[in-house]
Amino acid sequence: MGERTVLHVDMNNFYASVECLHDPSLRGKPVAVGGRAEERHGIILAKNNEAKAYGIQTGEALWQARKKCAQLVVVPPHYDQYIRFSRIARAIYSEYTDRIEPFGLDEAWLDISGSRTAQAGGRTVADEIRRRIRDEMGLTASVGVSFNKVFAKLGSDMKKPDATTVLSRDTYRQRAWPLPAEALLCVGTATCRKLHSRGIYTIGQLAATDPRLLQSWFGKWGLSLYCFANGLDTSPVRPVGQEAAVKSVGNSSTTPRDLRNERDAGVTFAALAESVAARLREYGLKGTTVQISLRDDTLAGFERQMKLQVPTYLSGELFEAAMRLLRRHYDWSRPLRSVGLRACGLVPWDTPVQLSFLGGEERRQREERLEQAVDGLRRRFGQRVIRKGTLYEDKLLGQLNPKEDHIIHPVSFFS
Amino acid sequence: MQSKVYVAVVVRYSPEGELKPLSVQWEDGRSFSIDRILDVRRAASIKAGGAGIRYTVRIGRHETYLFLEEDRWFVQRR
Repeated sequence: MGERTVLHVDMNNFYASVECLHDPSLRGKPVAVGGRAEERHGIILAKNNEAKAYGIQTGEALWQARKKCAQLVVVPPHYDQYIRFSRIARAIYSEYTDRIEPFGLDEAWLDISGSRTAQAGGRTVADEIRRRIRDEMGLTASVGVSFNKVFAKLGSDMKKPDATTVLSRDTYRQRAWPLPAEALLCVGTATCRKLHSRGIYTIGQLAATDPRLLQSWFGKWGLSLYCFANGLDTSPVRPVGQEAAVKSVGNSSTTPRDLRNERDAGVTFAALAESVAARLREYGLKGTTVQISLRDDTLAGFERQMKLQVPTYLSGELFEAAMRLLRRHYDWSRPLRSVGLRACGLVPWDTPVQLSFLGGEERRQREERLEQAVDGLRRRFGQRVIRKGTLYEDKLLGQLNPKEDHIIHPVSFFS
Repeated sequence: MQSKVYVAVVVRYSPEGELKPLSVQWEDGRSFSIDRILDVRRAASIKAGGAGIRYTVRIGRHETYLFLEEDRWFVQRR
């Protein structure tokens, strides 16, 4: 195998940048994208550089952020715009290669080795992509160029905003090794703490550690760390189809109050199921597996899942599956603080299915038409124009509007 | 003052699905026919705040940008 040329493109402060592009009055001010405070999940989802300068961090509560910066402008997220801009970026990338692996909405790896454009050199292609993101999308991006994915990602983190960083075989020791170990992809707080306690602080120190030692500390994961630090990562950039770019569609919600019984959970799952179903339909996908996540008031949590007989994007079927899982796996010994619902094993909506001999197909088709009609109404008149009766059973819990509030776009490096 | 102004546009679709803006109706109701399309490309409008397909069009002696943002058209107020 020849030398690879891998780019990692990271659009800077993506959510906040999209907001600032659309509202010129925000520019130059400290801006954060955040959930709504009155519904208890008021946290910072993203911020611009001006807000960063005040020490504002993603994930912290709005009230904490306001303490650091009283004039912080908080705007609600517009996921439809983020998805749209992500799609435009992808269209740009696809002019250079078909090996594109998205990592969330705002990042992607591109393997341009062997392509016509590779002859121009990684840096040239990276600079051109940055220019196009600026001209065509009004955003900035940082691009890392290297011979593997891990270093490409590291490179895109090294210089922000709007910069290209090349980590070649000749330079990575000099440039990457002095960096802290936690700069490396997948080195989170837990791994980092463990490394520190053993006197390893930099990527270079990690690279020089005996792999057997790392294995004895971390298991198989230790060997991955060793490979990452030494530039031996060989994981391919997986060309992902448009539809597979989404691996699962899920919503979770920290509820406005703790859930005490099945009825409470039912109201919340009904809202989540509607939102997940609507997004599946938006993407033109159906789920074959339903997964729920539960977290009680001590914040202990777990997940359970089940396979469906027929792939679905119907909120009713997602809801039924979620409730069945809940009844089977939860005994209400403690109240629940947050619940999540996710559809995985995604397939295109028109995947042929074996129709049931026992009938029910006519009813399904009727329900599909019904839910599509509801989507149409909401597109024209807003999310709240038509709602399930269940959501009125509990005023506080029913006011969740997960489709607009919390979208999780999970992607995993290893899966 | 908002510098992004959504406008009404008359468009012709070719049998191949290509679209061509024919005339623009300004917010004050006046209509202008587009004499020529000089350029079409994807572009952001930093000034108005948005991004989409940018049509550089000639209306009489003036050249102006017309942006198609998904399914709406906007112009930048001068």
